[in-house]
Amino acid sequence: MSKHIPAFIITIPLLLAFLLPVIGRSAPRLRNLLALVALGMVNILIFSLIPEVFIHGKTIFYAFGAADPLMAVPEGLDFPVRILLKIDSFAMILAIVVGIVSLSSFLFSIDFIEEDSRKNYYTIIFFLLVAGLFGMSFTNDLFNFFVFLELASISGGALVSFVTFKKSPPYAGFKYLLVSTLASTLFLVGVALCYAQYGSFNMNYINSVLNHSLLDKLALIFILAALAFKAGAVPMHMWIPDTYSEAPAPITIMLKTTGLICLGVLFKVSFSLFGNPVPGIVNGINHLTLGWIIIILGVLSMFVGVTMALVQHDVKRLMAYHSVSQTGYILLGVGVGVAVYTKADGGAAFKAFGSMAMAGGIFHFINNAFYKSLLFLTSGVMEKRFGTRDLNSMIGMAHRDTFTTVIFMIGALAISGIPPFNGFASKLLIYESVYKFHPLLAIIAMFVSVMTLASFMKVFYSAFLGPRREDLIVDKRKLPMGMGLGMLILAVLVVLLGLFPDLVINNLVGPAISGLVNIR
Amino acid sequence: MADFFLYITVVFLIFMSVSAICYKTNLIKIVIALNIAASAVNLFFITLAYRSDSTAPIFTLAPALKDLKMVLPSPQALILTNIVIGFATSALMLTVAVLTYRNNGTLDIRKLKGVEDNE
Repeated sequence: MSKHIPAFIITIPLLLAFLLPVIGRSAPRLRNLLALVALGMVNILIFSLIPEVFIHGKTIFYAFGAADPLMAVPEGLDFPVRILLKIDSFAMILAIVVGIVSLSSFLFSIDFIEEDSRKNYYTIIFFLLVAGLFGMSFTNDLFNFFVFLELASISGGALVSFVTFKKSPPYAGFKYLLVSTLASTLFLVGVALCYAQYGSFNMNYINSVLNHSLLDKLALIFILAALAFKAGAVPMHMWIPDTYSEAPAPITIMLKTTGLICLGVLFKVSFSLFGNPVPGIVNGINHLTLGWIIIILGVLSMFVGVTMALVQHDVKRLMAYHSVSQTGYILLGVGVGVAVYTKADGGAAFKAFGSMAMAGGIFHFINNAFYKSLLFLTSGVMEKRFGTRDLNSMIGMAHRDTFTTVIFMIGALAISGIPPFNGFASKLLIYESVYKFHPLLAIIAMFVSVMTLASFMKVFYSAFLGPRREDLIVDKRKLPMGMGLGMLILAVLVVLLGLFPDLVINNLVGPAISGLVNIR
Repeated sequence: MADFFLYITVVFLIFMSVSAICYKTNLIKIVIALNIAASAVNLFFITLAYRSDSTAPIFTLAPALKDLKMVLPSPQALILTNIVIGFATSALMLTVAVLTYRNNGTLDIRKLKGVEDNE
């Protein structure tokens, strides 16, 4: 039983997606309860894998449909033939992020999305999206990844245009679908180029026989471009503010998580698929160049994202531009790790500062998922209270809603890197290590952090402070419990991760890096 | 040699579809362009799997002939999946395009640009 846990994590949301609406037709409250129990159970299953993966350092392979699912390579063959799930420490980090964010997103949406006949459809698509995200984080098969990516894209696009009677959401949904279909088609071209040479879709197998030919480099370009497109790094960021601002707030954080998982798979591709070269290959994939490409994408995202955010006066567009900018930090941290890890010095530079930069990047990945989701949820509350997203017509929300004000302050201070919140811990790691790689990059990163603080002070000043204006507030009800609880989970995590960063870095992030990087 | 022309066709189709996505302004035409790209990838996979003078990859045919060549089976399964996914995507995109037309009265992206978009 316990060996089937990886399969259960994906199949529980998938089966539940079609079971819940049947119950929901007669008893909506029972449906919500069952969905919460299921999401909690999936989280417990993920956490039950932690001792095996992080403490014993094991990598679990799960072969679908095999007599013994834990045996990756069938007897008598020297290459894997089935669809494999690979649960290593990095995949676990992705899964933990997806689990917690989807739980709080669903808690928030119980009261945020009004209960009518359409709520059933919402639940179906939401759980399909969750299943797609878990599949994306666990799979070790490139085509299988494409299928899960499309599952997440289609359900994401449908959820963006959930408010079908308004003017903009259907158009935003069209944009999201267009971008994700284009990206996954390009991804499939890259996968086909890999398949053409090695006849397999398994990442580990391809990595073990990789010969670093021209076709490999082409495939790397296609896959990298497609995943950066989905993650929203700067030259490909134009769709992010349009779609994130039109989607309902709990869906925005799921879209954000989709982008983050694509980012995580980008790192998986640059290390587990095209990285870790066998010594003796000349003219192979140059990781210094690849690292610089990722770094430049990151720096551009940071800078362009934050400067565009400063001038916005639509609160969700502003936060969407900040999410582009925070993506840049992750790309910068891990990009430095990619750039130094196969230098001729035998990994001395990687030991000196490369692994620390990667730790910063991956820790920021976790932190960013939590505080950015928190901020998007508060923006949902603001939108509901004032009936608009325009900052110019919001004032004095702190009089009405103290809880959301405190939560927003936690999120805003965390995103600007103020101690003792978690953004500070990961940003400090990134500054220190990137400074040793190239001082200018660290200076840009600090400058961007200051601008982030300025921009969030603007939001706090104009929406929360100021005189009491009851006439502007449309929704005067008390904050519903589900919405409060959804935000509280994330806020507690933001504070805890900020207070005990060394615990997370030593026990979760450290194993993840040693799982990804293998200097030969 | 036939392979070579097929690969050229794949590149041409992808180029055509990307340029159509960039330059066409009608939402329906953009959906058609995406379909062209999906077909190009399908053609790519089929071309990879093709071996000349070979039969269908059916298990019962295998022992009958000693020097029997078969086309690769897995790409065919893959493009079947890809066709279904492409169908789902274009169906949903067309639905959303219909909703866009119903709410805004136009399918032209140049006119849709200013919808509630306060820069």
